[in-house]
Amino acid sequence: MTVANLKKGQKAIIGEMTSQDIPLKLLEMGCLPGNHVELIQIAPFRDPLYLNINDTYLSIRKETAKLINVELIEDE
Amino acid sequence: MSKQINVALVGNPNTGKTSVFNNLTGLNQKVGNYPGITVEKKEAIVKLSRNLKAHILDLPGTYSLNATSMDENVVVELLLNKNDKDYPDVVVVVSDIENLKRNLLLFTQIKDLGLPTILAINMADRMDRKGIELDIELLEKRLNTNVNLISAKKNKGFEGLKQSIIDYNKISLKPCLDASAIDKDYFDSLKKAYPNQDLYKLWLVITQDVNFGKTNRKRIPSESGFKPKSDSEIKRLQQKETIKRYQFINNTLKETLTKDLALAKGLRATIDRLLIHKVWGYVIFLAILFLIFQAIYDWSTYPMDFIDESFLFLSEFVKQSLPAGMLTNLISEGIIPGIGGIVIFVPQIAFLFLFISILEETGYMSRVVFLMDRIMRKFGMSGKSVVPLVSGTACAIPAVMAARNIESWKERLVTILVVPFTTCSARLPVYLIIISLVIPDERWLGIFNYQAVTLMLLYLLGFVTAVASGWLASKMLKIDFKSYFVVEMPNYKLPIFKNVALTVVEKTKSFVFGAGKIILAISIILWVLASYGPTDKFENAEEIVSSTIDHSEMTAEELETEISSYKLKNSYIGYAGRAIEPAVTPLGYDWKIGIAIISSFAAREVFVGTLATIYSVGSEDEQTIKSRMAAETNPVLGGPLFTFASGISLLLFYAFAMQCMSTLAIVKRETGTWKWPMIQLFGMSGFAYVVALIAFQILK
Repeated sequence: MTVANLKKGQKAIIGEMTSQDIPLKLLEMGCLPGNHVELIQIAPFRDPLYLNINDTYLSIRKETAKLINVELIEDE
Repeated sequence: MSKQINVALVGNPNTGKTSVFNNLTGLNQKVGNYPGITVEKKEAIVKLSRNLKAHILDLPGTYSLNATSMDENVVVELLLNKNDKDYPDVVVVVSDIENLKRNLLLFTQIKDLGLPTILAINMADRMDRKGIELDIELLEKRLNTNVNLISAKKNKGFEGLKQSIIDYNKISLKPCLDASAIDKDYFDSLKKAYPNQDLYKLWLVITQDVNFGKTNRKRIPSESGFKPKSDSEIKRLQQKETIKRYQFINNTLKETLTKDLALAKGLRATIDRLLIHKVWGYVIFLAILFLIFQAIYDWSTYPMDFIDESFLFLSEFVKQSLPAGMLTNLISEGIIPGIGGIVIFVPQIAFLFLFISILEETGYMSRVVFLMDRIMRKFGMSGKSVVPLVSGTACAIPAVMAARNIESWKERLVTILVVPFTTCSARLPVYLIIISLVIPDERWLGIFNYQAVTLMLLYLLGFVTAVASGWLASKMLKIDFKSYFVVEMPNYKLPIFKNVALTVVEKTKSFVFGAGKIILAISIILWVLASYGPTDKFENAEEIVSSTIDHSEMTAEELETEISSYKLKNSYIGYAGRAIEPAVTPLGYDWKIGIAIISSFAAREVFVGTLATIYSVGSEDEQTIKSRMAAETNPVLGGPLFTFASGISLLLFYAFAMQCMSTLAIVKRETGTWKWPMIQLFGMSGFAYVVALIAFQILK
């Protein structure tokens, strides 16, 4: 499962970084293994995605989101 | 004896760093550029205590020391270069209380360079409202530095910050992260090769694409006993470094920071629901654009009319009160109309920068980027291209520079190439004067003013052409690129009046002085060329005219006009103009417009100034530029020169032609080659000529 599969409002934990194509800038914004990610909103044409990663609000494109492995947190 | 130290202000974008700088320095700041590049450099000298002065430098915003853009490079280059005259004695890292975790990444990197580094946490006034508590004392202990809570908005905490700067040499230089923890073997061998160098600095020199004289990146691998790593291995290590730093930060904040998450979210979610709504989001964006244009077109006409009249008055006044002669003519016919031609823009430029800086300050611009990315990508651009395209309506120069934020080179190049199609404010005076001449000032259905609609259509035309040529360019350019796109979605903030005002004043000033120099120079040259002629036909104009034409029916004034226009025709500019006349006649212009077009390749707004200069040399009585233009007749077809057909042809020519030397220069600087500006110059201008030709031939 990747960030691109998340639905609006779902939260997940970021897994191991396997792709070399994830921009370093994204990691610096806190997109690192073990951190939380929440899908806040999807843009009108289903791309890009508005996320909260490790308390930082940012938006990335779907193609980048597909590179980030996550594990879904089931609703408490 | 008073001592002066260098203070560098560093921080992530959206932390209010510039407001902090404004509060620290007040109005005595100096804005310029870093040598050789067009990154803005803001600095000021401030007295901190009786015997200590500080030179404060506001560095470009960056998320880390891993630079990905020219702006970010400036930060890394300065912090690594001890020989730079601005090399800081102390660094103040400005962060924002709500994004402290992310902001601390940059802080730990800078601290590890062995520089005294102070942490200033801005927006502290939001803490209560957002349910945030921070144990400052413990944080200071963990980070080994002074931590200051400040609020640029409420102007609080600055005394403490200044005190921390004064005490800079008491700050511990202990690093946050031991560099060799990233990869022990590698760093050990690095240490062996360069025993006297700071390890973390070496690491940055290796990873960053910057030049530092002796310890140049390319040189490092050649040293004995040191095995360089491949790019992908280095990237892996950079990732590892980032992870290690976040571990340190998370541990530190776990002990010191508590946050009530429920409180932190409320407002953002509510506003977002509206501003990035799939329907309302776009409606609101369009409404804001409309408001901006309304301001430029409608509201600024009052101050503009006033400026126009004032310069006319001034010009007359000078003519009347100074003794008649060369110099007086140069001032009243060359310099004053020339300066007037630039000052008249001030209201419009100011309005544009006012709106753009408010949109940036509030955090709305990021939402627009988010909304527009998918659409803009269809045209080979990025959501971030919206910012250049919108600021292109003020001026293409800052717009081309604003394209720096676009990560992918191809999307950035396409944006730079098409930005000059957007209707910049330099086209506006040309549009306004021609529209007022050829489009009736009447209402359609009693609501829509034809003139306003025409202007709106011209703006739309510029935007549509920009977008369409973006699509074309992205199809034609064969550039392999990895698209990536990371945009921070900052919190919504009320704009700080002082910041907005300072931005508006600064940008307007630099526009007026930048463009003003060119316009002034051109006005003087034009005046000289129009006031002298190569043959004695010019000198003897009076006799020739009185002897060749029958002037028995003419009044003295009419004869005077006849003589002036004969003079103009035989001046240097007259010869040049008639040389190019065959090229512009099919478009419906005369040689005077031809000259104005040629001179507006320096800058479009020169058009009106040129006509003003030519006409004021050519006529004796006091008239506004507009009434002079209306009185011109077409030499070939007869009748008024400015008709619907020639007017539309001129409007289209100005909409498409690349007529701005400064933009070409900036494109060269940003792309590193003359290839792209030349493509713009010939492609756009050739297209403009063809379109204007077709338009005139159909409409005439």
